[in-house]
Amino acid sequence: MIGHSILFTLFAAAACGFAAMVVISSNVVRMAFYLVISLSATSGLFFLAGADFVGAMQLMIYVGGTLVLLIFGVMLTAQQRFVHMRPSWSEVVLAGLLGTSLLVLVASTAFSVPAWRGAGPKGASLAEPPLTATSIALGLVGLRVDSDAQNGQPLAGYLLPFEVVSVHLLVVLVGAAYLARTRVTAGSLSAQPPGGFDPDDVEADPQTAQPPNL
Amino acid sequence: MIATLLTEPIGVAHYLVVGAVMFIAGIVCMATKRNLLGVLMGVELVLNGANVNFVAIGSPYLRGDTASVGLDGQLMALFVIVLAAAEAAVALAIALNFYNTVNTIDVDAADQLRG
Repeated sequence: MIGHSILFTLFAAAACGFAAMVVISSNVVRMAFYLVISLSATSGLFFLAGADFVGAMQLMIYVGGTLVLLIFGVMLTAQQRFVHMRPSWSEVVLAGLLGTSLLVLVASTAFSVPAWRGAGPKGASLAEPPLTATSIALGLVGLRVDSDAQNGQPLAGYLLPFEVVSVHLLVVLVGAAYLARTRVTAGSLSAQPPGGFDPDDVEADPQTAQPPNL
Repeated sequence: MIATLLTEPIGVAHYLVVGAVMFIAGIVCMATKRNLLGVLMGVELVLNGANVNFVAIGSPYLRGDTASVGLDGQLMALFVIVLAAAEAAVALAIALNFYNTVNTIDVDAADQLRG
C-alpha cells in the first residue's frame, strides 16, 4: 500500500510538473519533449488505477503516434523566428490568475464529495494483477462480462460507438491527407513545358541559369 | 486540506486533482501560446486530464466493486484516445496548410476572416 502511494506521488508529480512546464516554456521543441514525459507519466497513473489496457494504449497510440505526429509538425514549422514566441506579460499574468483560481475551484470540488475521499470499500485487491484486455475487447464487440453491482444486470456493450469512432477515424485521416497534400494549381501545371521535368526550373545558381526563351 | 490529502490513502480525489491540474495547464496553454502547435499541445493536455478522471471513476481499485461503473470509464478513455489521434491528425494538416499559406505559425496572423 505504501509502495502504491509512493508510485502514485511519483507519477502524479511528473504528470503535473511537466504539464506545468509545457505551459511555462516558450521553446516549442522543449514543450513537445515535456509533453511526452507528462503523457508517459499519465500512463503510469493508468497502470496504478488497474487500467492496464488503457495504459498500454496511452503509450502506444498517444505517446507513440499522436505526439510523434506533433513533433513532425514542430520540425516542419520550427524556423528560427518561430521557435521562441512569447505572449505579452499582461496576458501571462491574467492567464496565471485565472488558471490558479479555476484550479482552486476544481480541486476543492473534487475533495468535497465524501465518496471520492480515501480508499473506499475495497472490491479488488492490489495483489491480484488486473487483466482487462479481454473484457474490454468483449465490451467493444457488444458483450459485457462485468455487471452492474446494484441490480446484477449486465451493462450495455459498445459495438455501435466502436463502429462510429472507427468510421470517424477513417474519414478524418482521409480528410487530413487531403488537406495536407501539396497544392497543384492550374498555373503551376501550365507553366511547365509538356516534356515534364525542366532542369532550368530547379537550377539554383543564378550565373549558370539560362533565360527560358533563348 | 493539503495535510489530509498527503496522509490519507490514494483515492479517486487524488486522481481528480491530477486531472484538474492537467486540465488547467491545457486551458492556460491554449489561451496563452502564440504558436499554433503550442495550442495543439494544450488540447492534448485537456484530453488527458479528462482521461485521468474517466479511469479513476471507473477503477475498482479506488472505489470498490459496489460503487464502480465497471469498464465504462476505461472504454470511454479508449474512445477519447482515438478521437484525440483523429483531432491531432486533422489539426496538424490545418496547421501545415496555414503555415504554407501565410508563412508563419503565429495564430495572431490568422485574421483574414475579420469583418
